[in-house]
Amino acid sequence: MRITLQDVEYRYQINTPFEHLALHDVNMDIVSGSYTAIIGHTGSGKSTLLQHLNALLKPTKGSITIGDRTIESGRKEKHLRAIRRSVGIVFQFPEHQLFEETVEKDICFGPMNFGVSEKDAKDRARKALEQVGMDEEILEKSPFDLSGGQMRRVAIAGVLAMEPDVLVLDEPTAGLDPRGRMEIMDMFYQLHKERGISTILVTHSMEDAARYADEIIIMHQGTVFKKGTPFDIFSQPEQLLELGLDVPDTVRFQLKLQKELGVRFDRPCLSIEDLATEVKKAMERGNR
Amino acid sequence: MLDKMILGRYVPVDSTIHKMDPRSKLLLVFLFVCIIFLANNLISYGLIGLFTLILLMLSKIPIRFLYNGLKPILFLIIFTFVLHILFTKEGEVVFNFGWLEIYDGGLRQGLFISLRFTFLILVTSLLTLTTNPISITDGMETLLHPFKKWKLPVHELSLMMSIALRFIPTLMEETDKIMKAQMARGVDFSSGPLKERIKAIVPLLVPLFVSAFKRAEELAIAMEARGYRGGEGRTKYRQLKWQTVDTLLMLSLVVLTILLVLLRS
Ligand SMILES: Nc1ncnc2c1ncn2[C@@H]1O[C@H](COP(=O)(O)OP(=O)(O)OP(=O)(O)O)[C@@H](O)[C@H]1O
Ligand SMILES: [Mg+2]
Repeated sequence: MRITLQDVEYRYQINTPFEHLALHDVNMDIVSGSYTAIIGHTGSGKSTLLQHLNALLKPTKGSITIGDRTIESGRKEKHLRAIRRSVGIVFQFPEHQLFEETVEKDICFGPMNFGVSEKDAKDRARKALEQVGMDEEILEKSPFDLSGGQMRRVAIAGVLAMEPDVLVLDEPTAGLDPRGRMEIMDMFYQLHKERGISTILVTHSMEDAARYADEIIIMHQGTVFKKGTPFDIFSQPEQLLELGLDVPDTVRFQLKLQKELGVRFDRPCLSIEDLATEVKKAMERGNR
Repeated sequence: MLDKMILGRYVPVDSTIHKMDPRSKLLLVFLFVCIIFLANNLISYGLIGLFTLILLMLSKIPIRFLYNGLKPILFLIIFTFVLHILFTKEGEVVFNFGWLEIYDGGLRQGLFISLRFTFLILVTSLLTLTTNPISITDGMETLLHPFKKWKLPVHELSLMMSIALRFIPTLMEETDKIMKAQMARGVDFSSGPLKERIKAIVPLLVPLFVSAFKRAEELAIAMEARGYRGGEGRTKYRQLKWQTVDTLLMLSLVVLTILLVLLRS
């Protein structure tokens, strides 16, 4: 499903003394089956942007096309359920949305709201729980008896069980342990590859953005500052550092080598293997 | 969604009312609530209306913001008005539509009660709109200080009040967040049959309570960790200062009271 944003502006608490311009002149086109990473400083409007992707927020100016529906500012929108079904959002700290008595019921909640039968929902719950790497035993437990990280996984499973066409992720791994982060991020990537789910990931981890995304969008002060492939984006590391953003460790290492030893690289390396090859090449050049 | 809510909200602008001493504002509101019951004719209600209007102008709170925020209460006011028109049968009949008779007593009563209600709401909201919670607490504590002799837990009361005030906007934000998360999971809060909508409250209330309790616990721990030991022997960093404006406004209230007594019919 394709999502297109045109000249989107969003003001929080419009017409009050607290009015705050959170987004302006945002244009983007997220094609079906792509993996997009959105990076940007804290407060740059990433979460606000995400909430537009399934019509939880309506732009105060401009329009958004989600599949074959167009959401325009100033129009009353009804029947958004179809959009909500096909675009699943994992919010920042999704564990706050748990409420049912058991983990199973909570995971089934989303699918059943969208008309899935109880039996199918339960099957989906088992599958989703496995995807997030948790045991079936936990199904009968209360979600409030789990640890923070376990709650996070259950909440993510609740969104996966809706089987959306588009998956929107707002820092899904913030606060998880390193191993857990890897597992979850890899799982999302697998889903993206296997089922062609369009994925939109907000992250502060440049490594994740570099590793998974086809396209990276940099948000800065409420608007799109730059977009491009990870190569494009990280080939100008100075610009990123100026914005107060980071670059992947591999690129930082390249910068350091360049500065300290005068080694020249033609392109940014986005994985450790790639970096090792390039360093080897550079050393051989240097020896000759 | 709950953007327009103004209950317990503080609007930080620079105005005469903002600069007033919280004690005088509290006194003003308290006395205003009392003297509004003195009014019993059109002129006196007009006078109170004028006074309220002046306060509003001085506070520099945008009228539209106030209006939007109080819209939900407007319904209540209109409802009261209509009830009085329909059921108070005093004085002469003004209109007669066959089955429906409207008496001038009902009209008067309805109008006065709605006006009283409106003015009360406006002036009390003005207090929280123009005074930050800490100042309100400070003011309360100082004003209630004499009652300590009778074992009134003044410090604790004002602390409770300030925490409540402080957390109203936070709670609103939290509600908004959880509503959105559940809407993304297919809950429909704003349309559909009533039964479904009532059921939709559960996924909102449970997480809200859980987080409120967690917040309360964290706050208690944070306060203890920073050495909070109650009000005993505690000094104040911000000293309250009574200014000329305060005296002037209190005087104007006294004048208003005298006028209201004279105008009573
Ligand atoms: N409910 C709200 N009311 C008013 N302003 C808001 C509200 N929510 C967010 N904002 C403001 O909008 C701006 C963008 O916020 P947003 O949450 O989209 O940032 P973000 O890029 O997701 O940041 P982070 O990386 O910290 O999550 C911020 O300046 C924030 O203060
Ligand atoms: Mg955010």
